[in-house]
Amino acid sequence: MSRQSVAKAHQKIQELAWEPMYHQPVSQYGTDYTFRKAQKKDPLKQVLRSYFPMQEEKDHRVYGASDGAIRGNMFRQVQERWLEWQKLFLSIIPLPEISAARAMPLLFRNVPNPELHNGQAIQMIDEVRHSTIQQNLKRLYMNNYIDPAGFNSSLRNFQNDYCGTIGRQFAEGFITGDAITAASIYLTIVAETAFTNTLFVAMPAEAAANGDYLLPTVFHSVQSDESRHISNGYATLLMALADEGNHQLLERDLRYAWWNNHRVVDAAIGTFIEYGTKDRRKDRESYAEMWRRWIYDDYYRSYLVPLEKYGLVIPHDLIEEAWNQIWHKGYVHEVAQFFATGWLANYWRIDPMTDKDFEWFEYKYPGWYDRYGKWWEQYNRLSTPNGHHPIVAEDVDYQYPHRCWTCMVPCLVREDMVMAEVDGQWRTYCHEACRWTDVEAFRPTFQGRNTPNMGQLIGAREWETLYHGWNWADVVQDMGFVRDDGKTMVAQPHLNLDDPKKLWTLDHLRRMPNLQSPNVLLNQMTDEERAKFHADYIRGGPAGRPYRGE
Amino acid sequence: MTTATERSVPKPVFTDAEAGAKEFPDSKARRFNYFTPQKRKQTHYEDVTVEVQPDPRHYLAQGWLYGFSDGKGGYPLDWTVLKAWGSDRPEPERGPGTGGQGYEWPAHGWHEFRDPNEEWELSLYRYNANVVRQLQANVDAAKQAKSFGQWNPNWVRFVQQNVGAWMHVDHGLGLYLFANANRRGPTNMHNTAIAVNSMHLIRAAQDLALYQLTLSEEVEGFDGSAHLETWNSDPAWQGVREIAERLTATDDWAEAVFAANVVFQPLVGELFRSQLVMQVAPRNGDFVTPTVVGAEEFDFSERDLRYTKAIFELLSNDREFAEHNSRIMNTWLADWTGQAVAAARAMQPLWSQPDAKPIRFEDALDRVKSRFAGIVEELSLDTPKELER
Repeated sequence: MSRQSVAKAHQKIQELAWEPMYHQPVSQYGTDYTFRKAQKKDPLKQVLRSYFPMQEEKDHRVYGASDGAIRGNMFRQVQERWLEWQKLFLSIIPLPEISAARAMPLLFRNVPNPELHNGQAIQMIDEVRHSTIQQNLKRLYMNNYIDPAGFNSSLRNFQNDYCGTIGRQFAEGFITGDAITAASIYLTIVAETAFTNTLFVAMPAEAAANGDYLLPTVFHSVQSDESRHISNGYATLLMALADEGNHQLLERDLRYAWWNNHRVVDAAIGTFIEYGTKDRRKDRESYAEMWRRWIYDDYYRSYLVPLEKYGLVIPHDLIEEAWNQIWHKGYVHEVAQFFATGWLANYWRIDPMTDKDFEWFEYKYPGWYDRYGKWWEQYNRLSTPNGHHPIVAEDVDYQYPHRCWTCMVPCLVREDMVMAEVDGQWRTYCHEACRWTDVEAFRPTFQGRNTPNMGQLIGAREWETLYHGWNWADVVQDMGFVRDDGKTMVAQPHLNLDDPKKLWTLDHLRRMPNLQSPNVLLNQMTDEERAKFHADYIRGGPAGRPYRGE
Repeated sequence: MTTATERSVPKPVFTDAEAGAKEFPDSKARRFNYFTPQKRKQTHYEDVTVEVQPDPRHYLAQGWLYGFSDGKGGYPLDWTVLKAWGSDRPEPERGPGTGGQGYEWPAHGWHEFRDPNEEWELSLYRYNANVVRQLQANVDAAKQAKSFGQWNPNWVRFVQQNVGAWMHVDHGLGLYLFANANRRGPTNMHNTAIAVNSMHLIRAAQDLALYQLTLSEEVEGFDGSAHLETWNSDPAWQGVREIAERLTATDDWAEAVFAANVVFQPLVGELFRSQLVMQVAPRNGDFVTPTVVGAEEFDFSERDLRYTKAIFELLSNDREFAEHNSRIMNTWLADWTGQAVAAARAMQPLWSQPDAKPIRFEDALDRVKSRFAGIVEELSLDTPKELER
């Protein structure tokens, strides 16, 4: 269709909407937002007559590339380090995608603008596309990559592994709670507009550098849809801003959504890009550099700040703090170190960092070696079984961290950990912003205002508590992270598949001390013990070093 | 002298990381192992849909993480009153030392549903792209053949008013019933099939709207906005409108899908499309409208009805709740059939509007009633007495 006829066609399909005369459509999702004033045009102007053939053409390109990759033996040039981390990423991402599809109906009754519903319906089916095309990519990896373990058990793993649980916020946050908080602010205004840049643009570039050109093929095709979804979010945001009563809620939700996305997405994608790559050219961008460009400049300064004049209160402090965490407090490095500490509880292989990696990290993040170098040398030393335990049970100057009750990433930047007694339980939080999210934002009143539609944080949020007192072999078996010989673990702290003696098995884990839940232990302490524990914890770090006194 | 500096680009490295390069535990385990396929071998469709939407009753060890204000998270099974076996099993309690094991997969019968159309992104875009391309070609061919000029004034009026009015049904159900219900079902297989159904209807609505746009340009005197008045105030359409609105007002997702695809579409949708428009158009010199309406008919009869039957056949034959489900579905049949037949009867004046007449209204109604009774029988349900109204 020509551009002009698309405009005419879009105008024509506006005649489809009608005001009910006999029954109101069912209203199943509440919001504390109001939309009394503004009307906004559908920014997509997408008509299905042109949409379906366009998507089909994009599919042709994706599946053509897939065939080409197999025929061209792409997997002979793929870095195993990279593909191993895809076992985590591709176990997570299909759920957020499909959840975004499921989120669209939350907006129908709450954003009273039929013109926007057309765009939301198209976003819904886009998201079905993304979820299944990503599942298909994972299937292709499983069939063609040397080690299918972890891909073959992907969706079971994702659902019972603590990393999967962290990632699940990036899905469940879209579909529950206050409809606008979830489906508009968290999903489209922050997750899609800010963080898909690192997810679907920065990360594929790194994939290509590691010999994997299928991930860029699939995810750039996905990202070409995201730009339309961003327009959906922007239109809804402008409508919300027109009602002054929404400003307080917008401020709350931007703070929550920004901080949670930073905690979750930067943890995962930062680790994939920095620790999942073999590309150590000094002029390739680090995650921090990418973040500064894609998120700080493009999202914060170019997208958010101009909205200030419409009354949007922007969380400048939390944006600067996120940067502070990434650049000064080593957030991504702390997360990668924790993933590697707990390699045995996961379903992919994490190989040790080499001298070349060390050199690159020191160049990009001056001071890295002093903080993390020794620990990674220990990781290397302990990577194959030789009468010792996995690193988590060895004395390597690392204190196993407490879980953040809100974002569920552990409290890794030790100095920032805060505690609160909530609903009869002592909880730990990785940062004051996560305490605020649980204690103040996700509540039925906010700053004296009734917020009856705000959601709740629920679930068994500390993974370790489920396995408190268990032997590690039983933990791994319970989660199903065992290969088809019944004893060799899916996860390994190296990439060597040649020598069976170098592969860790459940037998090695039997000899380890039992797993202890830090939160259970915290709640068993007296008030004095807990206060001292906290005082010591926040003096620990960096790199998880326990406080050993002055 | 100039020196060429080497560009900084990643270098290809031979890693030999392809399948089969080495043998080790799991090296040949190349299938998703977390679900039981419906047939002997896993299908591509199953691989890309099954288990994407988690369930606390099997693998979701830490449970749902976000709840609505009432504390319910995820996809509560009680969003419909129907039950599949195992539905009453409680979600496993989690606490210190409980571990993460749930019930053995599939944990309950909802997970046994597979869409017989095997819809996922590849299939849905291919199918719908083919439909819109063919429709465009049909309309273009008609324009070139100047076929619209052969329509008599009564037929022009019929298309602008009645065929035009039907697009409101498609649009309303597509968005506010089916797209809405894609958040409500208990598994990814249900919700994906429902989302695809939604897009069929939204596309069909747009197909009709754009067809009207073409007719406004091609047919002198064609009133492209006449459908609005018909939909808003023509008594022949108010029964259809009322039931369509009631469908979108139904809270129980399964009831909404059942009432739309088992009752409304066969008794009202097919009556209008197959028994009226597609029959009568050629006799009035119109060979194009049946192809536009027929595309939608094919969506329903060959795809949307097929997955719908697969959902509800499982439930009416459920090993634990067959009686419970059948009783409820029979209640739904009684409730919705009466209204659907009334809406169908209210449309009777349409049969006398074209110059060249279709088959008699009562004959057309008998045909759809007969088809409806067949669908009900396939679902092991009772033909409701309301059908005879």
